[in-house]
Amino acid sequence: MDVFLQQLINGLSLGGIYALIALGYTMVYGIIELINFAHGDVYTLGTFFSLAILTLLGVTGIVTGPALIVVVAVTILGAMILCGLTGVIVERLAYRRLRNAPKLAPLITAIGMSFILENLMLYWHGPSPIPFPAVIPNPAVGLGSVTIQAKQIMVIVLAVVLMVVLQVFVYNTKLGKAMRATAQDKDAAQLMGININTTIALTFLIGSALAGAAGFVSGVYYGSTWFLNGFAAGLKAFTAAVLGGIGNLAGAMLGGFLIGLTEAMTTQFISDQWSNVVVFSVLVLVLIFRPTGLLGESLPNKV
Amino acid sequence: MALLEVENLVARYGRITALDGIALTVEQGEIVTLIGANGAGKTTTLRTISGLVRPAAGTIRFDGRDISKLAPNDIVRAGISHSPEGRHVFPRMTVRENLELGAYTRTAKSEIAEDTEQVLGIFPRLRERYEQKAGTMSGGEQQMLAIARAMMSRPRLLLLDEPSLGLSPILVQTIFGVIRDINARGTTVLLIEQNARQALAVAARGYVLEVGRIAHSGAAAELSASEAVRAAYLGGAA
Repeated sequence: MDVFLQQLINGLSLGGIYALIALGYTMVYGIIELINFAHGDVYTLGTFFSLAILTLLGVTGIVTGPALIVVVAVTILGAMILCGLTGVIVERLAYRRLRNAPKLAPLITAIGMSFILENLMLYWHGPSPIPFPAVIPNPAVGLGSVTIQAKQIMVIVLAVVLMVVLQVFVYNTKLGKAMRATAQDKDAAQLMGININTTIALTFLIGSALAGAAGFVSGVYYGSTWFLNGFAAGLKAFTAAVLGGIGNLAGAMLGGFLIGLTEAMTTQFISDQWSNVVVFSVLVLVLIFRPTGLLGESLPNKV
Repeated sequence: MALLEVENLVARYGRITALDGIALTVEQGEIVTLIGANGAGKTTTLRTISGLVRPAAGTIRFDGRDISKLAPNDIVRAGISHSPEGRHVFPRMTVRENLELGAYTRTAKSEIAEDTEQVLGIFPRLRERYEQKAGTMSGGEQQMLAIARAMMSRPRLLLLDEPSLGLSPILVQTIFGVIRDINARGTTVLLIEQNARQALAVAARGYVLEVGRIAHSGAAAELSASEAVRAAYLGGAA
């Protein structure tokens, strides 16, 4: 039981990272029906940008006291802004011109963008794993025989806070409503007076910024990164988005946490070599019984 | 000066020429109808006016200003609202949210509330369905919502594409009554209809489109009486 609870905590923190990345996949798919293969690499860039900011701030290890809050806030915000801008630039340069092209064209372009970002990062930091400073003190809190690390709490809290902010934005603001309208019907959205280019750019900005936050968190959580880090994580986050129902925000969060939990439990009770097998088997099983994903809607667009 | 002046309008889809030099005018306060067979270019004409289709040549002047190069969202702000063919309501949003989006370009909350009351007064059915998702409503209800939503931007010119398509005869009467009503309140209307007889009954003037060109134009009564129009669009001699 203790082992189970321990893995529950581990799985939730892992899932928080997947969920933050999955939101970007699902938002972009929801609005332009594109699987943005470059998104996993934007997440890696988030870790790289965080590292660069920490280096600028002269942080090489654990920070304590009031400085900790400043360092964490500046790094997260910086990584979110830089990743958000990266997303906007990628959309502007690579995807916008192809918006009315056959679906395969932007898809291939996205794979190309992924390679470009990966190679830029390879050029930046080389092919070896790069150490990431611990930044936050990491006392383990004991709850019975279960220990929770401070960084795990940070991951979960940050993920939940960002998700709540996103939900409020999308469902309770005018821009959020414009995003949902654009996702549902682009022609009609334009006829309402919505500038869909701006709205789509905003979607990339937000989705990529969330990946940037995930990038910082993963650096602190794992203590290292490398230029291909986003490949596997991106694939699992994409799986999470599909599992929850692609295009659905709550679904991406649920999917992220489920995948994290599945991975943690498999590693504990079966073997970590089996974790990918189990994760993708869960995906296949869910899709057999619910092809639109756990929370995917099947309401027809036209009646 | 006419409210809307279209001159020599050409629109193409790839190599296919959909509009081959159209000219038409709509005066302030009029109802004008465009009739013609499927594929004649009626819908393309409206989509070009509202900016969804880029004209290949020609000018579109609204209130004296050339709008042919503006983006659709700027054309809405200029005062043109378009209720498109096939309704295009936002299916996963409620009636309330659809109407709110109709007022997207506006900021004065009290005026928006006033106009919401007005359209709900015109379409009581929408009040009953206020918190229902648009995609779960019947075709007729969606059509009412599409018209009501287009009115929410408080347009000076309302473009209506086939508002009676697929509706029961009673609802068709209702919709045409509403169009008269909207016009009486001061909104200019450019109307496309398959139902040419009804359209000419409600409109002051009409244009007949044939494969991308204007074949006939004139006062609605004249068009209704014209042998050529009767034979082609009004189901032969009456």
